[in-house]
Formats: sequence, structure tokens, C-alpha cells
Amino acid sequence: MAIEFSEEAQKEYEEICKHYPDKDATLLPALHLAKREFKTATPEVMEYIASLVGVDPIKVLNVASFYTWYPKEKEGKYVIQVCSTLSCSLMGAETVVDYIEKKLDIKAGETTADGKFTLKKVECLGSCGTAPVMQINDDYFESLTEGKVDQILDDLK
Amino acid sequence: MEEKYFLKNKDNPESKNIDFYVKNGGYKAWESVLEGKSPDEVIGEVKKSGLRGRGGAGFPAGMKWSFVPKDSDRPKYLICNADESEPGTFKDRYIIEREPHMMLEGIAIASFAINCHQAYIYIRGEFVYGAKVLDEAIAEAEARGCLGKNIMGTGYDLDIAVHRGAGAYICGEETGQIESLEGKRGWPRLKPPFPAVVGVFNSPTVVNNVETLANLPLIFNRGADYFAGIGPNAKNTGPKLYCVSGHVKRPGLYEFPLGKNLNELIYEDCGGIRDGHELKAVIPGGSSVPVLRPEEIDVSMDYDSLAAIGSMLGSAGAIVMDDTTCLVDSLLNLEQFYAHESCGQCTPCREGTMWMVKILSRIEKGQGRMEDMDLLDDVAKNINFRTICPLGDAAAMPAMSFIDKFRDEFEEHIKQGGCPIQKDKSIKVPNADA
Repeated sequence: MAIEFSEEAQKEYEEICKHYPDKDATLLPALHLAKREFKTATPEVMEYIASLVGVDPIKVLNVASFYTWYPKEKEGKYVIQVCSTLSCSLMGAETVVDYIEKKLDIKAGETTADGKFTLKKVECLGSCGTAPVMQINDDYFESLTEGKVDQILDDLK
Repeated sequence: MEEKYFLKNKDNPESKNIDFYVKNGGYKAWESVLEGKSPDEVIGEVKKSGLRGRGGAGFPAGMKWSFVPKDSDRPKYLICNADESEPGTFKDRYIIEREPHMMLEGIAIASFAINCHQAYIYIRGEFVYGAKVLDEAIAEAEARGCLGKNIMGTGYDLDIAVHRGAGAYICGEETGQIESLEGKRGWPRLKPPFPAVVGVFNSPTVVNNVETLANLPLIFNRGADYFAGIGPNAKNTGPKLYCVSGHVKRPGLYEFPLGKNLNELIYEDCGGIRDGHELKAVIPGGSSVPVLRPEEIDVSMDYDSLAAIGSMLGSAGAIVMDDTTCLVDSLLNLEQFYAHESCGQCTPCREGTMWMVKILSRIEKGQGRMEDMDLLDDVAKNINFRTICPLGDAAAMPAMSFIDKFRDEFEEHIKQGGCPIQKDKSIKVPNADA
């Protein structure tokens, strides 16, 4: 097998297994670790996860393809997810997306040529009281303005 | 009740730490339950308190627990539903990030009531920070002997594991959540059997919302009678978190007893509609519930009062829309959400949501036909109550209510061949200084 978890992730996975009576239930946690370790759920990664969890590779594909959180294609270093559902939309989410599209010279769904940013429009992030909102990788950024977007993106190396 | 329960430590970042929590009486309720009550007594107290589910359906919590068969030799499981994904809702995130021990203490009490030794917190994948806070809180509670093995020397064991979701709204539905926890697609199950009888890992399972569980320490610290005395009547009891988003001056999270007047919430607590504009519509309980017109908002925000006027309390996520809002555009936005989040199992929902998006898109673009109004209503009615899970109903209710209450605006689009509203798509951040 060409790829495998780092020792740290391997240990974490063993810890996770202790909480479940059925190993199949560790599939989502294993895919979360895989996202951290390998970024993209490539066929090779999914085969590795299948062997780890003890299920058929087709099951991993079946499950991974159902959820939006596991990228199937290579994404930028920073994945910008702008919430576009109603509460954010009322507060100007479309303008935020337009602004980032112009700033990065890409359309939503695309990655910059240097591989630094991917821009996505996503469904409700559950932060409607501080709309408009975006998530970059693991972090939330709330009450966005154009100035704030500039500052946040310019600070990312 | 002027005294706040959930938001009492709103300005104190220490609130998430166990030292702070214990110093302020934390885990006392859990201790009293462990040392002095039987599971049946706990269920009885919760029934007496009148606590109803805060996730949306409003089912009595004590009753839900009592459906777990006592004679089953299978292990019992509790799942805390922290998948908060209903558009307009952001209350559980506050509890998770700021009062994690209130939530863990509630999980412990509920677990004891159903004789469960393994509980899961199913948290939406995007809440990465929240999952970290919970992991730390669990480790703190175990280190203090409040969770883990032989809790407080009583011999009771309880393991709580944080299980992260992966971006699917449907996993907020309890049987979809159970499937997802088992490592599958979040495809809701046909009921019966209900999860209380056959849930996760083929075992009796209770799924309760974060806010529901976080109420339990209050019930066992202050008594069921105290809790039952909060709120407008015996069927609507306890403190409640209200989420307000959209075109008000002060959007955000508020706490009042159940039964807060919606008009007061919008015009007094949230400071009213932003300057120079008027209210057009409010969705009172998260995006899935029927919309209200301005003349309908003088209503008590409780399960029964909102049901009586044809809407629902839902998750108490009020989305406020002013006169710059195009309601065709808003409904289209919501139906795109449901079309994207439909799991695809049931034909009415999978196909119907897609057709609603197509019809609404053409009306918004000015290419609608008059007969599209009845067509849209017909599609919605053919989804409603015809699917395995309530996502279908959740997609149908906004459509049916928008058409019923704002038909003129839809027809105006069709007559004029375009959108008649002066839309304001600018970025509005009333909390920019916060």
C-alpha cells in the first residue's frame, strides 16, 4: 500500500475505535482523519480507508460521495466557503461572493492558478445571526464586510 | 423570568471551563440524580417539568425516554443531536462552544434515565471548533470523575464520544443521523420501528437535541415544578433560546421563557426593522416552517400558539425580511437548499424539489406563466406527507405558505415579465462593531 496514516493519526484512529461496538461506524471519523492527512479522497485514499475500517472500497465511495465535507477533487490550500442560504443572502452574501470572485479572479467552484484559494458557495453554516458568514478551512469568519474580507484573505500566506 | 439560564455567562469566556462551571453549581444535578434517584424517577421528573424537544418537533422528552423498552437486553444508546443545520438556527452552537458542560451534564442525566453507558454527540462537520471544545470538556469532566468509569464512586459508567458529521442537512433527522453514525449515507429509515426500540446498532436509542438536554441540569437543580412554572402554560414550559436573523437592527441570539411575543422580540429586543424599511414577512421557526405576514406576528412563540395560526415554533429561528426582499427570490433560495439537501431516496422529494427550483427560477427571470402558480402548489402538495422523513414536508411548507400568503407578488412577476422588487443585495452588517 502506497499510502497510510501518520503514526499520530493511526493512534487517534485506534482511540476512536474504542467508542464504537461496530467498526463500520468508524468510517466517517476515518474519512475525517483522511481529509486531514491526505486532503483529497482519491480512489487510492478510499481503498486505504476501506482496508483500515474493514469494508469494501465501494462502500467508502458510496458514503464519501454522499457528504460534501470530503473533497473528491484537489482543492486549494485555503477553501473559502461562503454561506449563501437565506439569512446570509438577505445580508448580502451574493455581494460577498461577487467581491471575492473579482478579488481572486475566479468563479465560485474554481481554484486560483497558484493553488492557494478555492471558492465555494455553500448551504447554511448555522451562523445566521452574524451574517454574512464564510468558513475558511476549519475557521468561521462572521459579520463580513468588503474590508474584512480583504484583511482576512490578505493575511493568509 | 428575568433570570437567564443559557445566556447567563454570555460575557464571560471562562464559561466553557469546568472549574468555572463547577464553582457555579455545575454537575450538582448529575450528582443528585446518581446518588438519589432511580431512572424511573428521573423520567417522571422530566415528564412533570413539561420539557419538550427543542430540535423542532416539540415532542415531550420524558415520554420519548419512556418508550425505551426496559426488558431489552440490548445496550441502550443516547445520541445528542448537535447537527444544527436548519437555516435561521444558531442556538446549539452557542451552548456547544460556551456552555459545553451544561450539555454534558444533560447528556449524563438523560443517559442515566435510559440506562445508557455509551452516548454520542453527533456534531455537524463544519463546527470544527465546537467539536474541539467538546472533546476538551469531556476530557476535563472525566479527569474530575464526572464522566467515565465508576462516576463519583457510584459504579455507573458513561462514555461520551464526539462524532463529526460531514455536511449533510439530512443527518439532523434522527434516523438519518443514526444511519450516518453507523458509517452509512444519511438515508432516513422508515418508521416504525422507532429509534427508541430499534435505533443505532440495532439497539434502543434516544436522539435528543442539544438545547433539550442542556435544560436538564436546571430541572434537577431547581425542581420540575420550578421549570414547569416558566412559560405561558403547562404544555409550553422552560427557558428558550430564540435566534433572530435578517433585516432587524440587532440580529442575534436571545433568551426568554417559552412564549415570547414575536412582535416584541422583533420590535423591542432586536430594535425593529432597519431604518427606512418596513417588515414584509417572517419565517418564525427555521426555514422549514410556514411564513407569517406582518399582521400575524403578534403571537406567543410557543409550540401551540404558532401551530394555532398554521405555522410552527420549529427551532425558534426567526428569519426577518423587509420590503427590499423579493419573496420569489427568497423561496427560490430555500428550495435550492432543499433540492441540494434532499437525500434522494423518495421520488416526491428528490424530483419535486428540483421542479420547484425550475419553476421558481423561471418566474423570477420573468418567464413564468400564470398556470405555474397552481403547478408549484400542486408539486408542493404532492411532496408534503409523502416521504419517509420530514425533509419533504420542510421543502413543501415554505412553498405552500409563500404562495398562499404572497400570491400577488408571484403573479406580479409573471405579469410584468420580471422582478418588480427594488432588491437590496448590498452587504449589511449591523453587528460590524461587535
